[in-house]
Amino acid sequence: MTTKAIACGRTAWRSLHYFAKRKKCQPIVYRCFWCSIRQSQKTEERIGDGRITHFGFETISEAQKEKKVGAVFSSVASSYDTMNDLMSLGIHRIWKDHFVRSLNPGSTSGKGWNILDVAGGTGDIAFRMLDHATQVNGDHSTKVTIADINPDMLAEGKKRALASKYADTGRLHFVLGNAESMPSMPSDSVDLYTVAFGIRNFTNKDAALREAFRVLRPGGVFACLEFSHVNSTLFNAVYKRWSFGAIPLIGQLVAGDRDSYQYLVESIERFPAQEEFRAMIGDAGFLVPGLGYENLSGGIASIHRGIKPL
Amino acid sequence: MPRRQKDLVLLQSIFRPTSSSCSRQSSSREFSVLSRPPPNYPGHVPLTFIERSALAVGSAVTSLLNPRRADMIAALGEATAQPFFITKLRNRMLASPTGRRILRDRPRITSKTMSLEHLRKLPENSVGRTYAAWLDREGVSPDTRDWVRYIDNEEEAYVMQRYRECHDFYHALTGLPIFVEGEIGLKAFEFANTGLPMTALSLVAIVKLKPQERQRMFNTYLPWAFSNGLGSVDLINIYWEEELETDVNDLRARLGIEPPPDLRETRQKLREAQKRASKDKTT
Repeated sequence: MTTKAIACGRTAWRSLHYFAKRKKCQPIVYRCFWCSIRQSQKTEERIGDGRITHFGFETISEAQKEKKVGAVFSSVASSYDTMNDLMSLGIHRIWKDHFVRSLNPGSTSGKGWNILDVAGGTGDIAFRMLDHATQVNGDHSTKVTIADINPDMLAEGKKRALASKYADTGRLHFVLGNAESMPSMPSDSVDLYTVAFGIRNFTNKDAALREAFRVLRPGGVFACLEFSHVNSTLFNAVYKRWSFGAIPLIGQLVAGDRDSYQYLVESIERFPAQEEFRAMIGDAGFLVPGLGYENLSGGIASIHRGIKPL
Repeated sequence: MPRRQKDLVLLQSIFRPTSSSCSRQSSSREFSVLSRPPPNYPGHVPLTFIERSALAVGSAVTSLLNPRRADMIAALGEATAQPFFITKLRNRMLASPTGRRILRDRPRITSKTMSLEHLRKLPENSVGRTYAAWLDREGVSPDTRDWVRYIDNEEEAYVMQRYRECHDFYHALTGLPIFVEGEIGLKAFEFANTGLPMTALSLVAIVKLKPQERQRMFNTYLPWAFSNGLGSVDLINIYWEEELETDVNDLRARLGIEPPPDLRETRQKLREAQKRASKDKTT
């Protein structure tokens, strides 16, 4: 734990020495509520029949969203972990550990699992899955496929895979792809589909959920770890001020990029609340037993689960 | 549109800011990070007092740890210039006829507006040729400057942007190179001339210099910077675009600036002397 803390501190120190990228000026984005409403109404008229979606608090056409999200993640790829540590004060590691432990990947007998981790570019969840399957369940045949739409994040993941103990084992595969449509993944082939802190960036979450339904085998599990809505009003007030005040500032100081982190906190704000997202998972065809979600840290993050019916 | 709806729209436009009035200056009323006022110019991010202080402290620490983070030095400048110093600088521009013309024309210095090929062809010893030669010697381009984002008044934001873009001209005028020692010398000169707090804060970087460099700084460059910076006219008021063909020595005389000893040459001579000394020791 201490060596991890030292390593984390060292990367933070090192990242302060990275030469900052020069950022181009963004177009006008109205951040006050009424102005953003008025601007989104104007944008709707301009775009006309083209489908629109949101990019943080901006309203843009769907075609543009993929490109803009891509630019955000290409920009944050190299300092992704440092930023996660600074933004969540290291708690994201606990969330991810709990997420993997609660799914308990790996079988103690027979065939290993086929896990698909979507938007898992840097491999945080994938490595944890493999470690858990190997060390806790003694399962050496479980394999994980990491799919990501962003080549820079995937490259970062491949770099880490080469440095890990799974480098030549054939248990880790990388696929460049869009979660909304993955023709290279056969239907009914995946035992566990996970997406951690990725789905809020998808242009069309329903399409991604339907695609998840397609690739999972009957009885397979869909699990999603994502930022969600805090239940306590008082805590929410503090949390929102931290998000909108401190996080873009930390992004600017550490990564030299205020705009990507402004986008990140706005996209968290726009993501549907727990009940609404649970309903979306149900609509895609999944069976959602019980409450369907588990709040972490008072609702800052939430694990949603669903099972493809037999 | 039915009459009732027209009335509602009219009422809305009175009680809430319309998009046209959004482009007016944001009121200085208190706001929180959750409800920022609309931006005053493209890229503007209105910051609360706490955010601005945190940005000032954070960017000061970051730029001290890594002086190559030009964006942090820029952010420090913007966070500390308000409300008093940048207004003073703008007022000094308004007090001068050339300054007023600059504020009206709003010229920008980029690689498009300052064609380096054209500058290289200018007569020897002209300001433009010296500037191009300095850019080539140091290997930098006029496009490396960040846009101003944290200054609320639109005109003051332009003044800050102009100051930032003219920085390379000050390098060319004084001949100071881009490594940390030269930059500190130039920042001291700019402090004496413009009074921006960031320039004074940058002098803290003197603690990071080697003892010999620090000695040079205190003996030669700081005294030079303060006497020349205070003695010369406001450099912010120079219309550089019109001075490109002026002879650089004429301009220096007009402004009241003497160039300091060439820092690159001094350091090179010292390095060669050291090499010779160590060679003599070994033989």
